[in-house]
Amino acid sequence: MKRYESLTILESSCLQEGIYSMTLDARAIAQEAEPGQFVCLYTDDLSRLLPRPISICDVDKETGTLRLVYRTVGFGTKEFSGKSAGDTITVLGPIGTGYSKVAEGAEAPKRILVGGGIGIPPMLLLAKEWKQAGYEVIAVLGYRTKDTFLLDDMEKYATCYVATDDGSLGTYGTVIDAIRENNLIPNGAENETVIAACGPMPMLRGLAGLAAERNVSTYVSLEERMACGVGACLGCITKTKSVDAHSHVHNARICTEGPVFDVKELCF
Amino acid sequence: MNTSVNLAGVILKNPVLTASGTFGSGIEYSEFVDLSKLGGVVTKGVAITPWEGNPTPRVAETTGGMLNAIGLQNPGLDVFCERDLPFLSKFDTAIVVNVCGHSEEEYVKAVERLAETNADLLEINISCPNVKEGGIAFGTNAAKIEEITRAVKKVARQPIIMKLSPNVTDITEMALAAQNGGADAVSLINTITGMKIDINRRTFALANKTGGLSGPAIKPVAVRMVYQVAQKVSIPILGMGGIACAEDALEFLMAGATAVSVGTANFHNPKVTEEIVEGIEAYMKRNRIEDINELIGCVK
Ligand SMILES: Cc1cc2nc3c(=O)[nH]c(=O)nc-3n(C[C@H](O)[C@H](O)[C@H](O)COP(=O)(O)OP(=O)(O)OC[C@H]3O[C@@H](n4cnc5c(N)ncnc54)[C@H](O)[C@@H]3O)c2cc1C
Ligand SMILES: Cc1cc2nc3c(=O)[nH]c(=O)nc-3n(C[C@H](O)[C@H](O)[C@H](O)COP(=O)(O)O)c2cc1C
Ligand code: FES
Repeated sequence: MKRYESLTILESSCLQEGIYSMTLDARAIAQEAEPGQFVCLYTDDLSRLLPRPISICDVDKETGTLRLVYRTVGFGTKEFSGKSAGDTITVLGPIGTGYSKVAEGAEAPKRILVGGGIGIPPMLLLAKEWKQAGYEVIAVLGYRTKDTFLLDDMEKYATCYVATDDGSLGTYGTVIDAIRENNLIPNGAENETVIAACGPMPMLRGLAGLAAERNVSTYVSLEERMACGVGACLGCITKTKSVDAHSHVHNARICTEGPVFDVKELCF
Repeated sequence: MNTSVNLAGVILKNPVLTASGTFGSGIEYSEFVDLSKLGGVVTKGVAITPWEGNPTPRVAETTGGMLNAIGLQNPGLDVFCERDLPFLSKFDTAIVVNVCGHSEEEYVKAVERLAETNADLLEINISCPNVKEGGIAFGTNAAKIEEITRAVKKVARQPIIMKLSPNVTDITEMALAAQNGGADAVSLINTITGMKIDINRRTFALANKTGGLSGPAIKPVAVRMVYQVAQKVSIPILGMGGIACAEDALEFLMAGATAVSVGTANFHNPKVTEEIVEGIEAYMKRNRIEDINELIGCVK
C-alpha cells in the first residue's frame, strides 16, 4: 500500500559535488519497498506542485530507514539538499513495479547490474537483495571521472567494474565497453545471465542493442515527467509492444506498470 | 448542519467532487481517500473507442500550476463500463462520467451507450479537437455548443453537464448557448491553453507544443468566470480551476457554483479532496451556517 506522509530526515550528506544522500525514518515504506521502486518527494514551496520521483537506493527493514541518493538539478532537488537531520519532508511511496518482475521471467544465476551516473543508486538495493538470494552479482558502473559515489557500498554485494567518460578509472568509455572488455557475458552464458539497468537513454538503448544481439534478458528502469505518481493522470507513459493494462492501447504507465520493463516489451 | 446540494436533480452529500482527468476512475486514489466521503467522482474523459493520446512529455510544471497535453488517452466505453463503473458503484458517491468525442456523432453514441448504465450524471467535455474542422475545439463556438447540447440531450437519460472551455472571449455566451441547447448544468473551467519552453533542450516542454494550464495559478480566472456565468444562467454550475483547500472551494460556492471539482491539487496531496470536505464543515461550524445552500451565490 502506498503512503503519503511527512517523514523525518535522519541523515543528509553530500557524496560529491551535486550528489546527495538522504536517509529517512520511513517505517511503513521501508517494510514494503522492493528494488526498482521509487518514492515521490514534494517541495515545501506551494508554487511547485508536482512530485519529484526518486529511486529507492536502500532500505533497512529492521530500523525502518529508507535511503535516497540524488543529483541536484533544479528547484526541488536543491531544496531537498538544503535540509538537515531533524527536518521533515513529504513523501509518497513506495511506487511502481520494480525488479520483482524479473523473478517471473528468469531463474538465471548470474546477474549483471548496470548503472550509469545517477542511475546507480537503485542498483544498490537490487545488488543487496540478489546477493542475499544467492545469485552471482556483477555491477558495471559508469561515472564521468574517477570521482565515484556508492562504489564502496556496491562492493559489499557485487563484483564491480567501472567505466569512466574520461578514462581516469576502469574502462575508458561506456558501461557497454566495460561489459565487452571484461567479457562479462561469455559465449554460451546468455541463458544464465540477466541484465538490470538504470541510466541515461543512450545507455539503455545501447544495452537494448546488446541484449538483442546476444539474446540476454534485459530489464531497464525508465524515467518520464510525472504529475500524479499513482497511475491516474496518464502523464508518464511509454510505448509498449503489447496492450497496456489501463487503456489497452500500448501505453504502459511508468509509475505503475514500470519503472522497470523488459526491453523486449519496449519500443526503443 | 446540511452539506448536501442539488446538482441538476442529483443530490450530492456534499459539494466536493473530483475534476476529470486528474483522478482516473477513482481506483488509484481510493488508497488515500474514502470515496464515499466525496460528493461525487468525475471520471477521466471516455470516448466510444479507445484513444492513444499524445506523445511524451505530456506534463510540465509551471509556477503555481502545470501544463498537460495527455491527449485524452482512454480505454473506450467497453472497458470503462466493464471495469470502472462497477468499481465506482461500490461507493456511496455520485458517479459523473466525463465524455469526449471527435465529432457530434461520437458524443451522441457515447451518451446513448451510457444511458444504459448507472452513471448519475454526464459531463460533456467540448474542449476536444473537432476532427472535421481541423482540430479546433468544439467549445469555442457558441452555435456548435448549442447544437451538440441539443443532440446529446435528445438521447440522454442522465442530466447533462456541459463543460466549458475558458479559451473564449466571452464565457457567458458559451454558457447561454449550453442552456439554450437544454443543458441541465454547466461546469467550468477547463484548462487554459499555454506553452512552456525548455531552455536547456531549446524546444517545447511538451511534445504537443501547447498544453492546458491548471492548478492554483488559474483560480482567480476561474472564480471570475463562475461569477459571470452565475449572473447570466439559471442552471446550476459545477465550478473548478485551482482549488487546493476548503477556502478555495468556498470562494467558488460564494461566486455561484453549486458544487466544485478538485483537480491538480490531488497531484500535490492525494488526500486533499477529503480534507476539503472536512474544511468546509469546519468553516460552517465556525460561522454557524446551518445549510450550505445559504453560501451558494451569496456574493452578488
Ligand atoms: C522513476 C524515476 C526515478 C528517479 N530516480 C532518481 C534518483 O534516484 N536520483 C536522482 O537524482 N534522480 C532521479 N530521478 C530524476 C528526478 O526525478 C529529477 O531529477 C527531479 O525530479 C528533478 O527535480 P528538480 O525540482 O530538481 O528539477 P526541475 O527541473 O526544477 O523540475 C521541474 C519538474 O520536472 C520534473 N523533472 C525534472 N527532471 C526530471 C527527470 N529526469 N525525470 C522525471 N521528472 C523530471 C520534476 O519532477 C518537476 O516536476 C528519477 C526520475 C524518475 C522518473
Ligand atoms: C492531467 C489532466 C488531465 C485532464 N483531463 C481532462 C479530461 O479528460 N476531461 C476534461 O473535461 N477535463 C480534463 N482536465 C481538466 C480538469 O478537469 C479541470 O477542468 C482543470 O484542470 C482545472 O481544474 P484544476 O486547476 O483543479 O486542475 C484535465 C486536467 C489535467 C491536469
Ligand atoms: S504520473 Fe500520473 S499516471 Fe504516472
